[in-house]
Amino acid sequence: MAVKHSGLDRFLLALNYLFLALAVLIVVVPLVYIVVASFMDPTVLLNKGLSFRVSDWSLEGYKKILSNPAMVRGFFNSVFYSAAFAIVTVAVSVCAGYALSEERLAGRGIFMTLFIVTMFFGGGLIPTYLLVRNLHMLNTVWAVIIPGAVNIWNIILSRTFFKGVPKELKEAANVDGATDAGIFARIVLPLSKPIIFVLALYAFVGQWNSYFDAMIYLEDAKLHPLQLVLRSILIQNQAAPGMISDQLAMNELKRLSEMIKYSAIVISSLPLLVMYPFFQKYFEKGVMVGSLK
Amino acid sequence: MLKRRSSAGRIFDFLKKNYFLYVLLAPALILTLIFKYVPMYGAIIAFKDFSPIRGIMGSPWVGLKHFEKFLYSPNFDVIFMNTLKLSFLGLIFSFPVPILLALMLNQVRKTAVKKNVQLFLYAPNFISVVVIVGMLFIFLSPTGPINQILMHFTGRPLMFMSEPEYFRWIYILSDIWQGAGWASIIYVAALANVDPELHHAASLDGANLLQRIRNIDLPTIRPIMAIVFILAAGGIMSIGFEKAYLMQTSMNLPASEIIATYVYKVGLQSGDYAYSAAVGLFNSVINVILLLTVNFIVKKLNEGEGLY
Repeated sequence: MAVKHSGLDRFLLALNYLFLALAVLIVVVPLVYIVVASFMDPTVLLNKGLSFRVSDWSLEGYKKILSNPAMVRGFFNSVFYSAAFAIVTVAVSVCAGYALSEERLAGRGIFMTLFIVTMFFGGGLIPTYLLVRNLHMLNTVWAVIIPGAVNIWNIILSRTFFKGVPKELKEAANVDGATDAGIFARIVLPLSKPIIFVLALYAFVGQWNSYFDAMIYLEDAKLHPLQLVLRSILIQNQAAPGMISDQLAMNELKRLSEMIKYSAIVISSLPLLVMYPFFQKYFEKGVMVGSLK
Repeated sequence: MLKRRSSAGRIFDFLKKNYFLYVLLAPALILTLIFKYVPMYGAIIAFKDFSPIRGIMGSPWVGLKHFEKFLYSPNFDVIFMNTLKLSFLGLIFSFPVPILLALMLNQVRKTAVKKNVQLFLYAPNFISVVVIVGMLFIFLSPTGPINQILMHFTGRPLMFMSEPEYFRWIYILSDIWQGAGWASIIYVAALANVDPELHHAASLDGANLLQRIRNIDLPTIRPIMAIVFILAAGGIMSIGFEKAYLMQTSMNLPASEIIATYVYKVGLQSGDYAYSAAVGLFNSVINVILLLTVNFIVKKLNEGEGLY
């Protein structure tokens, strides 16, 4: 029972494929350019742009960037921040989501309102910063992990998920004498792997790509995540500290920072772009569940 | 007397039976109260002359002094209009693209092709804003690839990142490049629920593809369009600090200084906390007013279907 296509339809469909192909090209070409450029001899690239002679290919950019202590430290800092943030935020959201999904929780409406209000109103940057400072969390790992740990959207998402868990399972366990804690640990949590996985992915990616909290809360360069190191290389045009000795001239420093830009982009984006195709359906699932409220 | 004791007893029994749920809820609740509600209260700093020694509570009230200072400052018009322009242009140009992409993707019948196209279109969403802006500086530099192509035609490079007049378009187009694919997911999902029989019946009646899209596909996604639009419009004044700040150069400031970047500079870089908080609060208030207004209008246009 396929739809019958007229001549006009066939023309429009052809046009459709053309536009989609164009959209894909627009997205892909800049990315390919960066990857190709990252494998070029940096000096040739600076002077002539992309060239495809055999002798112009080089791994020098990668060697420089991988031997840069700030970059390596930033990479591992980011791994730690992202993993820690994912664990904390998922634990908090899943627990709250489960509690809010239970109809016997008195005051559910009040708690939900308390959470949802924060999606629309906020104290703003300055009061939040002063609070973090007063709590003596400045320049500590906690400032990056704790203030943003409660995410209302995550709570709504897990609450929606838990509402779909069949009541009969919990009731049966209750009859068998299981406590609330027992039911949560032995029945609900094992069932909630999908939601834990989706939320953890989102949290990890979000933290990996963020720089703002780290920029305002972390002064010590040793604590900086990858994105802040990248910012100094890509945008402020500085070779990252520690990558060059003082006696080298200023323009040598500039040249170096130009050279490593491409490989820095590839190295920092690679982990996410490699894992993303495998996890695409989970990300999509997250968006769907979130949109259904 | 007896009655009161029994109701207290009932509460005690209830908590004894259900305390674990409250234990589960507690972390989220406590963190929200501390990190969301305390700053909301802390926003009263905007009405005080803040002195670090006296703290927020002990500092003297000054009423609307900081708000007046902002409203009458020579920067106000520029910063306020920059914020509005960037947001409105972004809304107008970013909103339709994901819808178009979804309608186009919906016409692809081969699942494998559709999946692969989506895989590519979603990818930029996973690149960090630092890298995106870094790529902009590389591609748009006076010696970068885009200018190398332009030089062939015009003979002189365009100073993309340092001309204020280009800032908004670079900001918006790169936003679309990065986010439109990902934003189309929600519409693609809604379109997947359209009954194919509807399209079949319409084509038997002689409706062509465009007519079917207009009369079957578009009405299906209209409620979602309304919600996405309200949310986007509600965020109009809170346009991202992160990207605008990274894209700022001393040359493009006349167009790129927006309220969010101004709050950051005045507050955290210069330490004028109270004034900066007042500017931030001014921004949030306008934001909420816009959200409520747009919600009201869309509700009227959309037969009562609003966000709330």
